[in-house]
Amino acid sequence: MGLPLPDPGESVIPPLPPTAPRRRPPAILIQAVTGAALLPVVALLALPFLALLLRTSPALLLGRLEEPVVLQALRLSLVTSAVATAVVIALGLPVAYLLATRSWRGKRVLEVLVDLPMVLPPTVAGFALLMAFGRAGLVGRSLGALGITLPFTTAGVVVAQVFMALPFFIGPARAGIAGVDRRFVEAAATLRASDTRTFFRVILPLAMPSILAGATMSCARALGEFGATITFAGNLPGTTQTMPLAVYLALQSDLDAAVVLSVLLLVMSFGLLLGLRSAPRGWLWNRAPVSPR
Amino acid sequence: MLRFRLASRLGSFSLEIEGSVEERSVLVLVGESGSGKTMVLRLLAGLMRPLRGVIVTDGGVWFDGESGTFLPARDRPVGYVAQDYALFPHLSVAENVAFGLKALGAARREIGGRVHRALERLDAAPLAARRPHELSGGQQQRVALARALVLEPELLLLDEPLSALDVQARRSVRGELRRLLTSLPCATVYVTHNPTEALVFGDTIAVLESGRISQSGTRGDLMRKPRSAFAAEFLGLNLLRGTVIGRERSGLVRVSVRGGELFVPHVEGEGEVTMTVHPREITLALERPAGSARNVFEGEIEEIVPEPPAGELVRISVATSPPLVAEVTRESVEALGLGPGRRVHASFKAAAVSVQ
Repeated sequence: MGLPLPDPGESVIPPLPPTAPRRRPPAILIQAVTGAALLPVVALLALPFLALLLRTSPALLLGRLEEPVVLQALRLSLVTSAVATAVVIALGLPVAYLLATRSWRGKRVLEVLVDLPMVLPPTVAGFALLMAFGRAGLVGRSLGALGITLPFTTAGVVVAQVFMALPFFIGPARAGIAGVDRRFVEAAATLRASDTRTFFRVILPLAMPSILAGATMSCARALGEFGATITFAGNLPGTTQTMPLAVYLALQSDLDAAVVLSVLLLVMSFGLLLGLRSAPRGWLWNRAPVSPR
Repeated sequence: MLRFRLASRLGSFSLEIEGSVEERSVLVLVGESGSGKTMVLRLLAGLMRPLRGVIVTDGGVWFDGESGTFLPARDRPVGYVAQDYALFPHLSVAENVAFGLKALGAARREIGGRVHRALERLDAAPLAARRPHELSGGQQQRVALARALVLEPELLLLDEPLSALDVQARRSVRGELRRLLTSLPCATVYVTHNPTEALVFGDTIAVLESGRISQSGTRGDLMRKPRSAFAAEFLGLNLLRGTVIGRERSGLVRVSVRGGELFVPHVEGEGEVTMTVHPREITLALERPAGSARNVFEGEIEEIVPEPPAGELVRISVATSPPLVAEVTRESVEALGLGPGRRVHASFKAAAVSVQ
């Protein structure tokens, strides 16, 4: 402050233009914009759930939980989404490995195919499933001849859930497998391990956080599946009427049942996603420190 | 004995080299980064397939470009220690070391003992239950060596084994590693960019420059007749090993070497030291010099070799004890009338000795 500054007019080097204040991030503006956006986003996402929770009470929940409609739907949802998740892992893991480790001409087609259920309207997916596996469908006829019926059966529910949930597993699992450092794969090879041993002892454990994340996402997706199920498998209580379908039906007849089912679904989905987020980094194994070079 | 002749290509980089290593000896490949050192190791390990060439051991053919024979990494009795060690982060130290034994189908009851002995040999037995992220760089290196050596490989490949360590750890680990390598029954290929490591570890040193070996030979060969400027400057050094025996009031340190005593500048600690003296620091004289040089040795000239690139300088090997090589100008050779068989005094100042 007290330093004698040269007169800018006499200076040989022109003084710097006053850019400094403009370059500084306008902190208040950013806060204002983010704050203004945060409020409606939180409101939009949280208010419906809040309304749902306010509409219910412990007494209502406990009272209606034992009703056959609720209980049946709950049991069916739990069983089908558990089976669907198992199928998704069994089928999705090899495909994720293939996508992560190999490349071939036309790989992109498979990638798009795998992603498609994420963006396809579920009713379209259900309709397409019906065209393929329905009684008069492309392969449904042959399946029927073998005594296998999918539409309007519990197995059909699982098929619809698997169809819709697969991309939610394959995406993260593939990223996890591709993210396994090649150094470890090569170290395994020089330690005389076969490809199979390398997969199960090195790649799989190292990719496990991503694989579990994918499994959780696909389980949550299967649990919430509605459109494809109702189109492909119908809405038969005890056989194909999962919780989302029961909610839809109860809306027209028994609002309290709809509330109870919705709250249950909300709590289960919230729990799954919260579990996924709260798993501490490196809870399965700790990453080696980044190469000290 | 491992013999190899390899040609490979990676983008626009091409590699063409030839070499061999005996059991119980170390071949050091020294070169700057980008010279293709790691590629050679990957080719020898079977992680990369060469374009042409052969890799033959006493045990059999690992690669033959002509016949198409190619053993992949998992079928080669090779121990490979990567630059950053690549310990499996999800396995404990003991599980890391057991990994290869299990892959080879060793009997379950045998594994525990072999793992323990391998770790013990590297002073790493107390680390058995730890995870890699809980280890220091030096400890990680020992575990990686144990993991490779427990399989009793015919060939050990080390990629810059000291470069991931900090400067302090490097000196002590270097000593341990040297003792370990001299005790191993297998052939070792050691890759480094550091000329001192090359001199310390290499029974044979091959200088790798842009995918070609510009010179290969013993330390003595490189010292007496370096064939490139790089070899002359960094590898053709007088290497002396000795033990600290005392300290002068001036701060100089007395070191006993095979055949005599040396004065060297200040060194930390006691015990064994490795020292280098560049040949240009060594003065040759017919009479015993009276000046400030503290280190004087007398001997007969063995050989005089012109030095690249221009041959203005020559390297003179003198059969002193310890043997020394001096670098002098052609004029002084003529002025002093130096030639093989001539008795000379080789001298250098204490300050010319760099303690490694």
